[in-house]
Amino acid sequence: MYDAKYHKPSSVADAVAALSGAEEGKVLSGGQTLIPTMKQHLAAPSDLVDVRGIDGMSGVTAADGTVTIGAATTHADVASNADVLAHLPGLACLAGGIGDPAVRAMGTIGGSVANNDPAADYPAAVLGLGATVVTDKREIAADDFFQGMFTTALDEGEIITAIRFPVAKKAGYAKLPNPASRYAIAGVFVADTGAGVRVAVTGAGEDGVHRNAALEAALGGDFSADAVEGVAANEDGMMADIHASAAYRAHVVNVLAKRAVQAS
Amino acid sequence: MTNVSMTVNGKSVSCDVSETTLLSEFLREDLRLTGTHVGCDTSQCGACVVHVDGKAIKSCTALAVSLNGSDLTTVEGVGSASNLHPMQAAFKKHHGLQCGFCTPGMIMAGIDMVERYHAAGQELTAEAIRHELEGNICRCTGYHNIVKAIEEAAGTMAGQKQAAE
Ligand SMILES: Cc1cc2nc3c(=O)[nH]c(=O)nc-3n(C[C@H](O)[C@H](O)[C@H](O)COP(=O)(O)OP(=O)(O)OC[C@H]3O[C@@H](n4cnc5c(N)ncnc54)[C@H](O)[C@@H]3O)c2cc1C
Ligand code: FES
Ligand code: FES
Repeated sequence: MYDAKYHKPSSVADAVAALSGAEEGKVLSGGQTLIPTMKQHLAAPSDLVDVRGIDGMSGVTAADGTVTIGAATTHADVASNADVLAHLPGLACLAGGIGDPAVRAMGTIGGSVANNDPAADYPAAVLGLGATVVTDKREIAADDFFQGMFTTALDEGEIITAIRFPVAKKAGYAKLPNPASRYAIAGVFVADTGAGVRVAVTGAGEDGVHRNAALEAALGGDFSADAVEGVAANEDGMMADIHASAAYRAHVVNVLAKRAVQAS
Repeated sequence: MTNVSMTVNGKSVSCDVSETTLLSEFLREDLRLTGTHVGCDTSQCGACVVHVDGKAIKSCTALAVSLNGSDLTTVEGVGSASNLHPMQAAFKKHHGLQCGFCTPGMIMAGIDMVERYHAAGQELTAEAIRHELEGNICRCTGYHNIVKAIEEAAGTMAGQKQAAE
C-alpha cells in the first residue's frame, strides 16, 4: 500500500476542508472496498478522510413516512435496526445479506452507494425505493444519482451524509449471489411505493444498476409473483462474463423479481 | 508516523506506526502477535479476524490508526495452552482443523457468532453456522468438523454463561 495521510475530522465542514486541501483526497468510511483496492495498488490517494468520527453520520431516524440512514451506518446496524425492520424490512434483509459478518460489521451504506459497484446490493434499494442521497451540499434523487458502473452524480470531494428512504407499502429484495464473492450475479429490488411500482436491477446490467420498465409495467397492474409470469426475459443491456451469459442473467432477473415480490 | 494506543488482550500498548499500517500488520509486526494470520490480499479469507470493541472484523481491512483507543482481542487472548477457550477445546475435540492456517480466524469468528446469537436470543443451528462462516475460507477440512466444533462450543458457552449468571 502506498503512503497516505490520515484525517479523522469531527464535522462535515472539517471533512470537506481536509478533502479540498488534499492533492488527491478520498473519503474513508468502512474501508471494505477502499482498503482492498489500495492494497492492490488500484487506488493511491494522498489523503484519507475518515468520516466515521463525524457527529450524526451514523444511525437511523424514522419520521413522517421516511427512514433516514446516516452514511457511516454499518450494514450490520441497518440489518438489525428496529426502525428499518419495522418500516422497510426488505432493506434490513438486503443489508443482512451483504458479504459476510465481518464485512457487515465495518462496511457502510454511504461507502456502498458512493462506490456504485455494478454488483453491489444497496444501489438496488436506493433506486428501487426512489430514495434521496443527501450530501454536504445538496439532495440528489436516486434516478439522477446512479450514472453507470462506478459512476455517480457526486462531484469531486462531495460527501454523502445520509440516505433518505421513503417508506413503501411493500418492498422486497432477492439476489443470486456469486458463490465466491457474495456480490450479486443479479439482484432485484421491487417496491410498491403507493404512487407506483419501481423495480431496480443490480449485478446484471452492463451499465450497473437500472430500472426495468417491463417488470414495472407488469407489477404496476398486479403486484404479485404471477404478474411476472407473462414478462419476456430481455437480454438487451445485460452483462455477460465468466459467471453468467446475458441470456441467463435476463432469465434470472425475472425469477428474482418473483422472489422479491414474494418476500415483500 | 503517528502514535497508536490500544488495549490488546487486556494490556495497554502504544506504538508509532505509518498511517497506512493495516491492523493485521500492526498486530503481527509491531506487537509480534503472529496468531492472527493473513491468507489473502482481497479481504475474503477471514484468517485475520479479530475482535474490536466486541465486533469481529478482518484485521487486514482496517487501518491501525483508525482504531486508536479501541479494545482488541486476538486469538492469543481467548485462552491458553493449559486453559483452552471452549471454542478452542471443541476444535481440538472435533478435529476442526488440518493445517491450522484458517483456525485463528475460525475461532474468532466462531466466538463472535455464538455471542451475537446468544445476545439476540436466536438459536445457532448448523445451517446458521454455515451461513455465518461465509467470510472464512478453509482449504483443508471441508468445513464439517468446523461446524460440529462451533455447534458444541455454542452449547458449552451458553452453559458457562448460565452458570455465571
Ligand atoms: C469480502 C467482501 C464481500 C463483499 N460482498 C458484498 C456484497 O455481497 N454486496 C455488496 O453490495 N457489497 C459487498 N462488499 C462491499 C462492501 O459492502 C463495502 O462495505 C462497500 O462497498 C463500501 O462501503 P465502505 O463503507 O466499506 O466504503 P469504503 O471502502 O470506505 O469506500 C468506498 C468508496 O466510497 C467512497 N466513500 C465512502 N464513504 C463516502 C461518503 N460518505 N461520501 C462520499 N464518498 C464516500 C470512498 O472514497 C471510496 O471511493 C463486499 C466487500 C468485501 C471485502
Ligand atoms: S487476510 Fe484478511 S481476509 Fe484474508
Ligand atoms: S485447516 Fe488448513 S486452511 Fe483450514
